[in-house]
Amino acid sequence: MFAPFIIALRAAGVPASITEYLALLRALKAGVAGFDVEDFYHLARAALVKDERHLDRFDRVFGEIFKGLESPPGTAETTVEIPAEWLRKMAEKFLTEEERAQIEALGGFDKLMETLRQRLAEQKGRHQGGSKWIGTAGTSPFGAYGYNPEGVRIGQEESRNRRAAKVWDKRVYKDLDEDEALSSRNMKVALRRLRRFARTGAATELDMPGTIGATARNGGSLDLHMVPERRNAVKVLLLMDIGGSMDDHIRICQELFSAARGEFKHLEFYYFHNCPYERLWRENRRRKETEKTTQEVLRTYGPDWRLVFVGDATMGPYEISQPGGSVEHWNEESGVVWMGRLTRHFRRAAWLNPVDQQHWRYTHSIGMMQGLMENRMHPLTLAGLESMARELAK
Amino acid sequence: MAQFKGTERYVATRELEVAVNAAVALERPLLIKGEPGTGKTVLAQEIAKALGYPLIEWHIKSTTKAQQGLYEYDAVSRLRDGQLGDPRVHDIANYIVRGKLWEAFEADHPVVLLIDEIDKADIEFPNDLLLEIDRMEFYVYELRRSIKARHRPVVIITSNNEKELPDAFLRRCFFHYIRFPDRETMEKIVQTHFPNIRQDLLREALTVFFDVRNVSELKKKPATSELLDWLKLLTIEDMPPEALRSQDNKTAIPPLYGALLKNEQDVHLFERLAFLTRRKV
Repeated sequence: MFAPFIIALRAAGVPASITEYLALLRALKAGVAGFDVEDFYHLARAALVKDERHLDRFDRVFGEIFKGLESPPGTAETTVEIPAEWLRKMAEKFLTEEERAQIEALGGFDKLMETLRQRLAEQKGRHQGGSKWIGTAGTSPFGAYGYNPEGVRIGQEESRNRRAAKVWDKRVYKDLDEDEALSSRNMKVALRRLRRFARTGAATELDMPGTIGATARNGGSLDLHMVPERRNAVKVLLLMDIGGSMDDHIRICQELFSAARGEFKHLEFYYFHNCPYERLWRENRRRKETEKTTQEVLRTYGPDWRLVFVGDATMGPYEISQPGGSVEHWNEESGVVWMGRLTRHFRRAAWLNPVDQQHWRYTHSIGMMQGLMENRMHPLTLAGLESMARELAK
Repeated sequence: MAQFKGTERYVATRELEVAVNAAVALERPLLIKGEPGTGKTVLAQEIAKALGYPLIEWHIKSTTKAQQGLYEYDAVSRLRDGQLGDPRVHDIANYIVRGKLWEAFEADHPVVLLIDEIDKADIEFPNDLLLEIDRMEFYVYELRRSIKARHRPVVIITSNNEKELPDAFLRRCFFHYIRFPDRETMEKIVQTHFPNIRQDLLREALTVFFDVRNVSELKKKPATSELLDWLKLLTIEDMPPEALRSQDNKTAIPPLYGALLKNEQDVHLFERLAFLTRRKV
């Protein structure tokens, strides 16, 4: 019955299945929706859409497929209907004798409404000013905030008696159809993939197999054994680009940082500017005091640490390839050499880039960095975080 | 068939009514999502009240296992009883602890079962409950018998979207997303909770509330439950409406803001905005 609708939904990317379609039909049979279009819309939505990000797509498809269903034939093009009684009452209240005579001149109320309907059908799109079309601030009889005494108010006052068509035409779920916003909370969930459990610390949990074994050996009298709780033992070294072009991405980096902080017990971090060279630092404000040489970092953290760079990798190509290419100091060895040392030492490494992945190919240095990272650069999105976590967990 | 309608304590939109009634009529679970604080959990209580069924609540935590909803075999206490020579030990049924689903299945009357915050659990949790929720029966291995629902319970599931739910699970549910209420609906909601509130106070409070929500950089936007808490505080303190209005020239931080803003970054943000507006004036 609604097969074209389901097919259109699937084409628009709403993953509705036969199960759900059948559920919808059964609900209709059970009389949940009655014979109201709006009810049917609500019911179909509850049965077919299972993710709020798809609600807007559903609204669009629904509007397309059931176009014309909402009003009787003949007035199909217009979606605005103004209750005639209401207008008549208003006219009696507010219009002077003279004005009413003017309306009569135009052919009376029925004529007025007829003209309105025609113009609504003729008119495509929004209109303002002018003297014929329906819009705002004009002198035409139709529209809002105008001066014509015969004016029909449209849109100034919200009608309680909205047509059903409006419900999906309003498209209130548009905002939800964006890519999921990144918050430190859902970043944490994504980072959770990167977990390596190990039992360390005080013994606080009952060790079932141990207890059973010991009890059996003990001739049946209970001998409890405890083990330490399982904890995430993965170690992460975070190197973050700071300053310059990274200023645009501060908020997202903060979120990532707080997510990583909460998720990993062993987390160390250092800053670099644009490209890591011979020195890294702990606090950007007290850079000189908190500096460490990269060699020392390499010595301190073993190869079992996972290395994650966070940076936009957007810089002059020479900043990576040339000795002395750094914008802020003279570096004896080029960024390529240092990147090589870091990635060789830390076998599991990844680069997170807050720049939109679609724009990567327009920046030469991103391509160079991607090469140095052996294609282990991921966008700083939920999907990117997840693929990074999967790769680092290997 | 009992129909769900908004009650005097809960304002339900028509779309919500349709979704609930569809779930009740087809005996399928209803999945409710929405911003935190828009009344997802309260909805289950109201449905139970409207249908006249008792409510069984199962609150999910990150450590909750699907099996715990069915039953648990308490091996440790049986072991202990065995050591002490308690005669109860011979019947394994004494050590089967019933879970919430069992309770709901065995009830004499149909019940409303709330599975609250299903996304908190492990990623496999919904998959482990697929069959049980679909057929409303499960098998107890220790007792060698299967438990079948006498009356299919009305299952309400809430989620805060922290994890994606598996498709197979979603297919079996009806879905409703609670949109954040507009001002008109919000007024109605407040009226149902505070029937005697002063109209001028309500108007000012709602203006402040929607202004606060409009600040785009907030980490946690205040929702309905925060508004209700705040109004309660305002009425207890007997705050005059003028105290709220003065906010745009002197202090942009609303009085008793602790009920609305829940983290220190948001409070700092507001202080900064207040400072800026003061300089402009």
